[in-house]
Amino acid sequence: MSKTSFLNPFKAIKYLFEKPKTLRYPFELKEPAKRYRGFHLNDWDKCTGCGNCADICPNEAIEMIKIPEIEANLAEGRKNERPQIDYGRCCFCGLCVDICPPGSLTLTRDYLHIHFDTNTFKFIPKDEKLDKATFVPTEEYSVLKASLSHRKQDYQGFSPELEYALFEPERVKMPQIPPEKRKLSFIEQVIGYNKDEAKQEAGRCLECKLCEDACPAHLKISEYIDAIYRDKPKESLEKIYEDNPIPSICGRICMKHCEDACSLRIRGDALAIRWLKRYAADQIKNFKEELEIHPGKPTGKKIGIIGAGPSGLSLAYFLRLQGHKAIVYDELSGGGGAIRIGPPKYRLPLEAIDKDVNYIESLGVEFKFNTKVGRDIKFEEMLNDNDAVFIGIGNTVSFSTRVKNSEKCILALDFLKDNKIGKQRKVGKEVIVIGGGNVAMDVARETIRLQHIQYPGEKVITKTVSLEDWDELPATEEEVEEAKEEDVQFNPAWGPKEVVLDDSGNIKGLLCRKVKSVFNEQGRFSPTFYEDKTKFLTGDMIIEAIGQRADFSFLPDELSDKLEFTERRKVKVDENGMTSIPKVFAGGDIVNINLDAVTAIADAKVAAQGIDKFLKRQQQIISKDVIGPKSLESKKYNGKESVDD
Amino acid sequence: MRELELYFGPQHLGMVGNFSITLKVEGDRILKADANPGYLHRGFEKLIEQRTWMQNFPLVCRINVVEPDHMELIYSMGVEKLAGIEVPERGKFIRSIYCELARVGSHLFGLWAYSNMLGFDTVANWAMYHRDLVLDLFEELTGARVYHIYIRPGGVRRDFPEGFEDKIVKTLHTIGSKVPDYNATFFENRLFEKRAKNIGKITCEEAKKMGAVGQAIRATGMKYDIRKIEPYAAYDKVDWKVPTREDGDAYSRILVIRDEMIESVYMIFKLLDKMPKKGDVYTKTPNPFKWRVPAGEAYVRCESSRGELGLYIVSDGGDKPYRAHFRTPSYSHGLTILEKVLEGESIADVGNIMMSLYVVAPEIDR
Repeated sequence: MSKTSFLNPFKAIKYLFEKPKTLRYPFELKEPAKRYRGFHLNDWDKCTGCGNCADICPNEAIEMIKIPEIEANLAEGRKNERPQIDYGRCCFCGLCVDICPPGSLTLTRDYLHIHFDTNTFKFIPKDEKLDKATFVPTEEYSVLKASLSHRKQDYQGFSPELEYALFEPERVKMPQIPPEKRKLSFIEQVIGYNKDEAKQEAGRCLECKLCEDACPAHLKISEYIDAIYRDKPKESLEKIYEDNPIPSICGRICMKHCEDACSLRIRGDALAIRWLKRYAADQIKNFKEELEIHPGKPTGKKIGIIGAGPSGLSLAYFLRLQGHKAIVYDELSGGGGAIRIGPPKYRLPLEAIDKDVNYIESLGVEFKFNTKVGRDIKFEEMLNDNDAVFIGIGNTVSFSTRVKNSEKCILALDFLKDNKIGKQRKVGKEVIVIGGGNVAMDVARETIRLQHIQYPGEKVITKTVSLEDWDELPATEEEVEEAKEEDVQFNPAWGPKEVVLDDSGNIKGLLCRKVKSVFNEQGRFSPTFYEDKTKFLTGDMIIEAIGQRADFSFLPDELSDKLEFTERRKVKVDENGMTSIPKVFAGGDIVNINLDAVTAIADAKVAAQGIDKFLKRQQQIISKDVIGPKSLESKKYNGKESVDD
Repeated sequence: MRELELYFGPQHLGMVGNFSITLKVEGDRILKADANPGYLHRGFEKLIEQRTWMQNFPLVCRINVVEPDHMELIYSMGVEKLAGIEVPERGKFIRSIYCELARVGSHLFGLWAYSNMLGFDTVANWAMYHRDLVLDLFEELTGARVYHIYIRPGGVRRDFPEGFEDKIVKTLHTIGSKVPDYNATFFENRLFEKRAKNIGKITCEEAKKMGAVGQAIRATGMKYDIRKIEPYAAYDKVDWKVPTREDGDAYSRILVIRDEMIESVYMIFKLLDKMPKKGDVYTKTPNPFKWRVPAGEAYVRCESSRGELGLYIVSDGGDKPYRAHFRTPSYSHGLTILEKVLEGESIADVGNIMMSLYVVAPEIDR
């Protein structure tokens, strides 16, 4: 390099005449970039309190704090906890923002906090809606007051973009038989995940456990999903069996309250918890040989259970684990109760039911099928023979619309039962199904299959009529969608007025009237109609699927009078699952208002605890009577009693 | 003359940070130098073992305060190699552009430190200002000025914001147009030449033996650059040169740094031209709470602005790394080479030599 002049560096003098590059803080402030990662902002309305932010924080700067003012709604997956951030630890990496499933957590462009109290570094972020005093317009903002309680309005920075989220919002698609093929037969519609799909889907779980709070039976969902992710289906199934002894059934027809609470559903699809449960149950071919679940030490107690439905089956299982003897009576020829006759084969094949029932039987539960209590065996007899009795009879009698000529119609449960476990019914070419619930959907979709089997290649129609309009249909969205795919026609917001007959007394159609409202001001079912707006639906067969009730005719009169009911016509039980008749417990559809399998299991869990407690106390009373001085006894049982109670 | 022991740092203006050297001197001559690291040991390699694969990427950037970007890159490359993840094309280009911006920023910072220590305050202030312009770009892209936390296993965290390419070009033009001024006041300044020429000299053979990388070895005439030898990200997609010098002294090293900075600016322009205009910037990685990387070990290396940066990472199939070990350029530069080249030099040149070796203390202590 050639030598340069020693005057060369003096070129720098020209910079003397340039404007200064430094900012005169605090009079001049630099505007942070749009993506700036500053202090947090949390939309409390969107935040579910799932705690994923606290879990991912690499510095453990986030703690979930209970906020009493917030009303928790566990069924919808909303806890009353909100994140508190310790800015002494926070490194502003923004992982909490990228993992936030509802996208409520955002970073702002604020980064100044001036305060004399170091405790103010612990901060529960809110947003402008909730905390108007903190967020001021730019004109009122002063950097001299800048702190966590003096921030600029509309100053969002690093935001939760779904595209860059750390979780997977989309569900692994469940392989299904396409509608045009499945409506031709009773083939099981859902094929089930294979190993890779199940692992991939299980891998989406963020382990926030909102689902576990929402599940009536509180299954340890995140643990069994994790076992599937680790490719340990047996471990997963054993985890399921801790709280749910009918996984093959629930894996197919559960009402999946858990998925309604899943934090992933807010900006994506809920985790397919039900299908993963099914995967775990389907992977294990022989429950008896592979599962390591053993009945408890025999206690010598005997419990009679009426009804082999979900509540009865579960109770029998739980009681066996406690060491009690359980005898289950059911009028059907197999286990499952309402589940055996209700859900059509394309949703729940009989093999799946038998798999669960057989396993429960193999644990030593005694089943007495084809035995109807009240007909084949007297209830009083049962009550005498057993240490406790459980009623889990479910709702077995269909309601009728009782409109003119309605006796010509077929009742839903009879129709479903015959098709599933009896002789297939003959259906018409144009069938009307009255009802908008899940049973109505089952009936309609089953009818369309029967029509295609019985009239191959011919034009067939199935239509439903429901009081409720589209937005208030009681059937699940999924069922309605699938029914639509299978060409079921819908007539929402129409109520039946009269079944119209032709001259020879055969059904010609259904005369309907427009519904004004379904529920009254108190929210009770009380439909009103426009009498002048009518519509005639043609059809040669009408099936009524408008609801079911329980049949308590097996109870002798003196007990029947004693049995108390709630306002909603449900059997009243205490916190132990015991009815107003001593020694008699109840659960399932006759007790809860959810009318589904998993709630029945939850009832059974309560009853199992209750029965165990009840039997232990009986034991104590007996031993008190038989053995020795009272003073000794009271000493001996004092502590225990108080624990039990 | 009497032999004296002299403590140089950690509280010393000419020191690179939390680092010190014990000098054995006779008059002004240094007989022996002992480097003392350990003032900034934060146990990162152990901390990494306690955090999940995803939680680690905000942590690793802290190993090198001046230039966190290559730390993020090397960690992500290690995890990607273990887990068999391929980064999308656009992601690779963004990574390269991002790392070259980091190189420019880091070299400007080094220039500030070097010139400031030698008393060239004017140049130091320019360099600091121009580095700030680069940081503005980082702020725009990543949301933070120093710890960007931007490269994640699988790609990068966000795509370019709107109009970002133009901003890069504008900023780099601003900086590039000042190179003649830098030359006049610093690189070609006779005072500086006098201070830096024939100081801290090493030969190519010595450099190789002592594990020199980066500018230290390129200033001795060897074209050793991982970006060429083992191209990663998008470095094989564009044409660029490895600047070298022959003399192996402090002056050569600082000129290599300058040339690299200029080369990086050109490279960014070329990368921007060739970058796919659309596409994913990252490959989806598994759920961070469940991610288990298959058991195995990997060694990955990249060219940080200080030289070859390596990472040996081991997984036992768990949700956290089993072991991570960084091979940082400042380790060999700041310990072995520094001790060697200081022998026989004068006390006034200790800082000079150390800065020219581009030592960053936090890199030594991990």
